[in-house]
Amino acid sequence: MKRVQFSHPLMPYMLLLPQLAIVGVFFLWPAAEAIRASFYLEDPFGFGSTFVGLDNFKDVVSASEYSRTAWFTLIFSAAVTFFSLSIALLLAVKADNVIKGASTYRTLLMWVYAIAPPVAGLVGVMLFDQHIGPLNDLAHALGWNMQIGVNYFDTAFAMTVIAVWKQIPINFIFFLSGLQSVPKSVQEAAAVDCRSSSRRFWTVTFPLLAPTSFFLLIINITYALFDTFGIIDLVLKGEPGNNPVTLVYKVFLDGFRGNDLGGSSAQSVILMILVFALTVVQFRMIERRVHYS
Amino acid sequence: MKRSQFWDHVILVLGALFMLVPVVYALMTSSHDAVSIYKEGLQLSPGGHFVDTYKQVLTEAGGFTKSVTGLTMLWNSLVLGLGFAFGKIIISMLAAYAIVYFRFPLGTFFFWIIFSTLLLPLEVRILPSYEIVQGLGMANTYSGLIIPLIASATGTFYFRQFFKSVPDELVEAARIDGAGPLKFFIDILVPLSKTMIAAIFIIMFVFGWNQYLWPTLITTDESLFTLVRGMKQILQVWIGAQIPDTNQAMALAVLAMLPPVLIVVIFQSWFVKGLVESEK
Repeated sequence: MKRVQFSHPLMPYMLLLPQLAIVGVFFLWPAAEAIRASFYLEDPFGFGSTFVGLDNFKDVVSASEYSRTAWFTLIFSAAVTFFSLSIALLLAVKADNVIKGASTYRTLLMWVYAIAPPVAGLVGVMLFDQHIGPLNDLAHALGWNMQIGVNYFDTAFAMTVIAVWKQIPINFIFFLSGLQSVPKSVQEAAAVDCRSSSRRFWTVTFPLLAPTSFFLLIINITYALFDTFGIIDLVLKGEPGNNPVTLVYKVFLDGFRGNDLGGSSAQSVILMILVFALTVVQFRMIERRVHYS
Repeated sequence: MKRSQFWDHVILVLGALFMLVPVVYALMTSSHDAVSIYKEGLQLSPGGHFVDTYKQVLTEAGGFTKSVTGLTMLWNSLVLGLGFAFGKIIISMLAAYAIVYFRFPLGTFFFWIIFSTLLLPLEVRILPSYEIVQGLGMANTYSGLIIPLIASATGTFYFRQFFKSVPDELVEAARIDGAGPLKFFIDILVPLSKTMIAAIFIIMFVFGWNQYLWPTLITTDESLFTLVRGMKQILQVWIGAQIPDTNQAMALAVLAMLPPVLIVVIFQSWFVKGLVESEK
């Protein structure tokens, strides 16, 4: 906080009022409602609800479908995070390296950031389409009989490719800015000491990128968990059937399609705990970084 | 040195193509007619139906939607993007100003309440949010579409960081000159924050324009559909058709990506600065 501050009996409250009103009505109330509903069993015809303690959680966790969804979410998140981070890092290192055309490459590699996930999903579905999609033709030429929407693995593959494509730009932007902030003197000193540029990268540059990488790791996990909703919804075309879905998609399916309010809320609360843990880890890392810099 | 640079360029060109080609497919396919796409697949070269296709999706209802034109959806996207960006900036600047520049009882308490919103994204509290907003009679309205999205404190967090970096001497000088808190805010702090406001505006506009889950739930009336929200409808009609209007579907996808992409490319340096700085 500031050393010098204003004091005024009413003004700070008036300044805060709009934000607090919105947070209260559209955040605290629904969040509290989600937690409350997770302990109740809602009558399907809307005639009240009964307190059932932790039953909703037990039902959710013991359902075989939930563990299948959880496993898929884990593998999907790991794949999206790994591939989008490593491709972006490779491209950022190269873009930091070249002298000619550096700014053109930067623009060409970052603009996809602005495309919405469902729009990427629509274009992706068409590229993977069995009749008109060039990616499907390519797969066939390689002897892969790809069937998006029918085959579990093929659908998961398409989701992952689209999600990685959409996520590369933001990782690229952060890695590049991280690389550009590595002091020139450090790079020159390293170049004198070590001729192998790949060893130089892994022993000098990469450790200096660690804070950026860690921050991006959290951002990417959050993205894979939540922001891929639009991609998944489009790839599944609203017909999940036996196809892979993520945990967030399942909250939506059970709550809005299945009308299982208690179950959906219990799943929400489980996700809240997960996000809470991720955010706490992220804040602690940021604090540490500020402390050392 | 020369040799290694060559391979750097090869990798960068491949990377750029990987990002570019899907969108080139979308753009080029939108300039062909539905029958030839159905026969020959997606296209990578320009066709002769560019103007017809875009005129049709922009001005004619029917096809993918029953009652609205692409122009209406474009307008709704614009309302959402701009409304969200302006609303967020105004509300979060005021709140951040109160938090950083005033000492008052409950200040810390309010600070934590506001920042607790950073912990839980909309997706995990989606069902109760929907029920509450619907109960307030805000379903199928612009305010129901925009205001609940503003509840997250990202903007407040960015402005708080920025205000904290503004030198204390400015407040002292303002106080000596007899300027009150309101005058200090309008005459000194807002002009100082110009670049920050611009950067956050770009990020928030793109974020608002690209919203999907919330609009999907809260707008069931087609006249309030945004382009991004319309994507699933478009895909479902496309799947159901005998000879699908792939050109028109791609044209709508291109329209949905064009404004945010243009803004990000044109204001690239502000955007990157805002994005990278705000995360520190």
